[in-house]
Formats: sequence, C-alpha cells, structure tokens
Amino acid sequence: MRKLVRVLIWLLIATAGALALATIALHRGEEINAMWMVVAAICTYALGYRFYSKFIAAKVLALDAQRATPAERLENGRDFVTTNRWVVFGHHFAAIAGPGPLVGPVLAAQFGYLPGTLWILTGAVFGGCVQDFVILLFSIRRDGKSLTEMARSEVGKIGGLVAYAAIIGIIVILLGVCALVVVNALKASPWGTFTIAMTIPIALLMGVYLRRLRPGKVLETSILGFALVLLAIWGGQWVSQTADLANWFTLSASALAILIIVYGFAASALPVWLLLAPRDYLSTFVKLGTIAMLALGIIGLRPTLHMPALTRFIDGSGPVFAGKVFPFAFITIACGAISGFHALISSGTTPKLIRRETEARMVGYGAMMAESMVAIMAMIAACVLQPGTYFAINSPAGIVGQAPEAAAGTISNWGFPVTASEMHSLAQAVGEQTLYNRTGGAPAFAVGMAHIFSHSLGGHALMAIWYHFAIMFEALFILTVLDAGTRVGRFMIQDALGHVWKPLGRTSWYPSILATSAMIVLGWGYFLWQGVKDPLGGINSLWPLFGIANQLLATVALCVATTIVIKMGKARYAWVTLAPLVWLVAVTFTGSWQKIFDANPRIGFLAHARQLAGGPATAMTGRLIFNDRMDAVVTGILISMVAVILIESAILWTRVLSGSREALVKETPFVSTRFAAEEQV
Amino acid sequence: MNLSLVPACLKSCGRVFTEALYEIFDESAYTRFLARHQLAPSREAYAEFLLENEAAKSRRPRCC
Repeated sequence: MRKLVRVLIWLLIATAGALALATIALHRGEEINAMWMVVAAICTYALGYRFYSKFIAAKVLALDAQRATPAERLENGRDFVTTNRWVVFGHHFAAIAGPGPLVGPVLAAQFGYLPGTLWILTGAVFGGCVQDFVILLFSIRRDGKSLTEMARSEVGKIGGLVAYAAIIGIIVILLGVCALVVVNALKASPWGTFTIAMTIPIALLMGVYLRRLRPGKVLETSILGFALVLLAIWGGQWVSQTADLANWFTLSASALAILIIVYGFAASALPVWLLLAPRDYLSTFVKLGTIAMLALGIIGLRPTLHMPALTRFIDGSGPVFAGKVFPFAFITIACGAISGFHALISSGTTPKLIRRETEARMVGYGAMMAESMVAIMAMIAACVLQPGTYFAINSPAGIVGQAPEAAAGTISNWGFPVTASEMHSLAQAVGEQTLYNRTGGAPAFAVGMAHIFSHSLGGHALMAIWYHFAIMFEALFILTVLDAGTRVGRFMIQDALGHVWKPLGRTSWYPSILATSAMIVLGWGYFLWQGVKDPLGGINSLWPLFGIANQLLATVALCVATTIVIKMGKARYAWVTLAPLVWLVAVTFTGSWQKIFDANPRIGFLAHARQLAGGPATAMTGRLIFNDRMDAVVTGILISMVAVILIESAILWTRVLSGSREALVKETPFVSTRFAAEEQV
Repeated sequence: MNLSLVPACLKSCGRVFTEALYEIFDESAYTRFLARHQLAPSREAYAEFLLENEAAKSRRPRCC
C-alpha cells in the first residue's frame, strides 16, 4: 500500500512537471505566470534527484556507506572535519553560489524565456549536478584531492597542465567580466557608488568589532554590518539628491575601472585583512538573505512574465550579445546549468567535510539543483520586465543609439514597444538619471528584483531603495569574488613559479607577491579596460569568452570523471558523464569557431577587426583591432587546450577498453567507517 | 501524522540551520580551534585563529 502511495505521488509530480513544462514551452502570444516556471523547475529537480541521481549513486559510483571518508580518517579539526550533511550542503551552496547564475540568465533572456529555462533545467539535471556530484565523490575517494591533482594522476601530465592553465585562464577572464558588470552598474550612479564605497568603512568597523569587542562573533557582526549597509543605501538617496555630494560619487566607467583595478591589486598585495575578511562575511550574509528573499518574493507575488517564450533574436541578431540561440544560449548560461568552476569547489573544501560517502549525493547533486533554482529566479526577474524596458536597459548605445528617443524608436521597431518617457519615469522611480545602455545584466536584474520586492513589500515608494539594494548586493558580491579570485590566482602563479625559482614560490616574499599580484591584475584589468572602451558595451565580446572558458573547465572535469568511470570498470555507464561532455564539446567548439571566424563583425572577432581596418581610422581603431585579435588568440588557446585534454583522454579510454593498458584507479584504500558500527549500536 | 513530533522536528531544523550558519561564518571553525589548542575565547586567541584560518581561506576559489 505504501509503495502504491509513493508511486502515485511520483506520478503526480511527473504529471505536474510535464504540464508546467508544456505550458511554458507551448504558450505563444499570451503572457504566462512565473509560477509555471517554478513548478516546472521544482518537479524537474525532484524527479532528477529521486531517480537520476539515485541511479548514478547506485550503479555508476556505487556509493559505499561502509567506507570511511577523508573527513573521518584524517580528521584534524581544521581542514578535515566530519560535519552534518545539511551543514555541508549549506556550506557548499554558499561556496558555489556566485554572480554567474544571476547575470547569465538575464543576458540569455534576449532569446525569450524558453531557451534559457530549458537549458537551465536539462543542463543542471544531466550536466551540472552530475559533474558536481561525481567530482565530489572522486575527490572524497582520493583524500580530497583537487581537480588538477586528479587530472594529473588519472588522465596524465598534460591533462594536469591543461587543468591548471584552464583554471588560471578562467580566473583572469571571469574577474575581468565580473568587474565590467560592476562598472556598468555603477557608472554615472552616485547612489550606487556611494553605497558600495560605504561598504569599505563598514567592513573596517566590522573588523574592529570582530577583533576587539566581540572576538569570533561573526554572525552577530554580519547582522550589524547588514544594518549599516541598509543605512548606507538609505543615505545614498540623500547623497544622490545633494548636488555637491552627487558630483563626488558620479564616476565615469573609466574612473570606476581604474579604481577597481587598484582595489584588486591592493586586496591581493597588501595585508588588508581587516577589510577583506569582514567584507567576505558581509557579502555571504547579504547573498544568502537576498536569494531567500527573492524566492519568497516570487512565490508571494506570483508575477506575470512579459517576455515572450521566443524572441526574433534567436536568429543571432540580438542587441545584448550577437549569436544564434545555439551555441550562445548554452555558453551565456553557465553557472545555472553547468559550471566548470564548481568542480574546483567540489574538489576543494567540501570533500574534506563529508561524514559519509552516501551524503555526497545530497551535497553534490542537491546543492547544484539549488544553484540552478537561483538561475530560474534570475530568469523570472528579467522576464517580469516589459521586453521594451529589458532591451532599453541591456542594449549598448552602439546598437540602439545614444539619444533616448532614438533608442526607444529602434527598440519599438523591433516589436517591443517602449517610449522615452516610460524609461525616464522608470529611471526616476529607481533613483537613476538614466537606465539606457546599462549593459552587463546587473541593472536589468536589479530592476526586475526591485519590481518583485516593491510589489511584495513597500509598494512603488520603495522601488528606488530595492533597486539600489539589488545593485549593492550584486556589486558587493562581485567585488568579493574579485579580491578572492585575485589572491587565488596569485597563489597559483606563485606555486608554479616556485618550481622555476624557489623564492618566487614563497607566499611571504614581497617581491614575489607584488610581481604575481600585478600579473593577475594586469590580466583581468586588460579585459576590463577593453570592455569599458568597447563601443558595443564589452559584454557582447567578453561574456561569451567567459562562458567558453567556464565550459572548458567543465569539459576538463568531465574528461577526468569519464576516465575514472571507465577505469572503475563501469564503461557501460560512461554515457552519464560522456553525454554532457559531448554536448559541451559541441557548444564550446561551435561557439569558439564562430567567435573567431564568423563573417558577421558582431560575432566574429577577426571579421570585426577587418571591418575596423577597412573603416575610417580614429584614435581608438588601432587598439580595438588589437583587442579583437587578442580575443581571437585567447579563444583559440582555450579551445586548443580542450582539444589536447580530449585527445589525451580518448587515447587513454581506448587503451583501457582494448585492454592494452591496465585500468588502475588511484583511490585511497578502503577503510571501514566507525559510523556504521555506531548506527547499529 | 503525529502532531507532537512537529515541535521537535522544527527544533531540529532550526538547530541544523544555525549550525550551517555557524559553519559558513567560521564560528564553528573558531570553536574547534579553541578546543584543539585548549584555549579560552579571547582577542589573542581569535587573532591566532584568523592567522591560521585566513592562510587556508585565501587559497579557496570563489565561484562565479
């Protein structure tokens, strides 16, 4: 009887999911409610978790409840600590949740809500969750080894080298793109700039409070910091309305870029822990709280999606970024569907905290589902905007024109009516001078979020506060990623240079710290500056580059996973990691080829360089041509690295399957867990 | 459904939730540090903890 009830419940979930998916996929010409998307997502995740992840756990990975994890065997109270699975889940989710799942879906909404939503759901269930889960488990079985170490020991030296180079590459491009998103959100915005500037003294105050007054009380300090940030947002309104003060905080994109580059270098090279650690805590606190609030806001408001299921821009002529729905929707949305960066977290801290091997399923697969749900919420936030408004915010001046009337006219001619007066009213409502040409996704997300929040709490009067709360949340979040990423990149370069000359590897030797910090900051600073100076807004060329780099890292992770699955003697189940790998290879190779060689100058870097070379020469022309060629070279290097690790992996698979090479997995020997015995007592 | 179990269940959820927050915000790591070194909570102990913890933390990547 119980079994029958269970079957009926799962049939009900499957039916509800199918109905919701059919509704979002088949409705044309009329608006639908966002709850269809929420129901489709929840049912898809529930089915994926219950059936697919269970299949992987049982048949492919053969999770062993009797096997002791490194957290148990190597417990030292510091790195290796046996931890409650829900606590590890929260810790892992907080580590993988970044700005990517918020920005990517907003940009991909230019195709309509359907392509992005379907990719987020299928990509997560069959790709991202699988990657995070298997890499976590394989790391657990190897004493918490990192992805690079696993690539080296299981695939080969070249695989390890490619993984290392891919991580450095993705960090540099990611930080450049993230910084550009912040610059585009804060340029000519005294309110936003003031709020973010105030987080520096607030963090310092938190640092003093935490070290001097209440040592170790991080949560309490974060709540205090959050209250001060809310005060800063409220104060920002006053600053923006006071002419003299507003002038101080009204900065151009170039000025903001320089400030961020200086900040990144200082954060990496100087001992500014009093600032960075509290900011990190504050950012995490705001991030988790805002995601929870957004979920409640969507459920409470149940907003209508104004964006159509598909827009005319699936043909590749989109203003936000150029390129057809395939492959660009799948590159634009990385973190909400599959993100190579997660493999670094899954093979970092998390495997050292897991108490039982069987809990890897909930943490690895489950946390990625939660991350994917965040991406769905971001898609909803973008699609509750009127499409005309969405395109006015996200389209660069180079496409729609500089003047408000011209921009509104161009966008209306695309079939998405919007007027200059509507945009002016909206800008006034959110406390900005203008919302045109705010490329990068963050402002559009902030307007959508402010719309949801203000309709749920506070009404129209609080629209400006909510908008700047959202901008503060994203900028704070991204700046934390920026300073942490710069330091991680610096350490990685120091580790590598230490093999060449030992003093360079010493993390306390100042010449090495300065040199390696400068290398990383110059790397991402170059991309940031390029984006700031790009007449098309920078996102058009840089976000796809970031997507390709991130998916490249996922390709490396899936190559490692497939290799281990085959070596484990489970070749018949290798399709579990091979299928997403093949899809990613198709996406990254097509995307890279088009970004380098496409004849359309809005898509192909080289075609754009040729167009510039053939046009009238200006002071900027030479630099823009150089940037295009540099982007083409970077894309070429990234894709060559994918090819190298793919070939090395494929040769290894063939040898293992043909029996010409011994299938030797480098797992830690089995040790029985004490927890199993404790459970029986 | 046994309604008397609900408060216990809620209590347990609340406990796990706060434990997760303590772990995310490094308060549990500080408690473990104190236990490991047999120290009482103090400014000096916390400064030592930060020194040890931050060296490891700064090598952890932040996801995009």
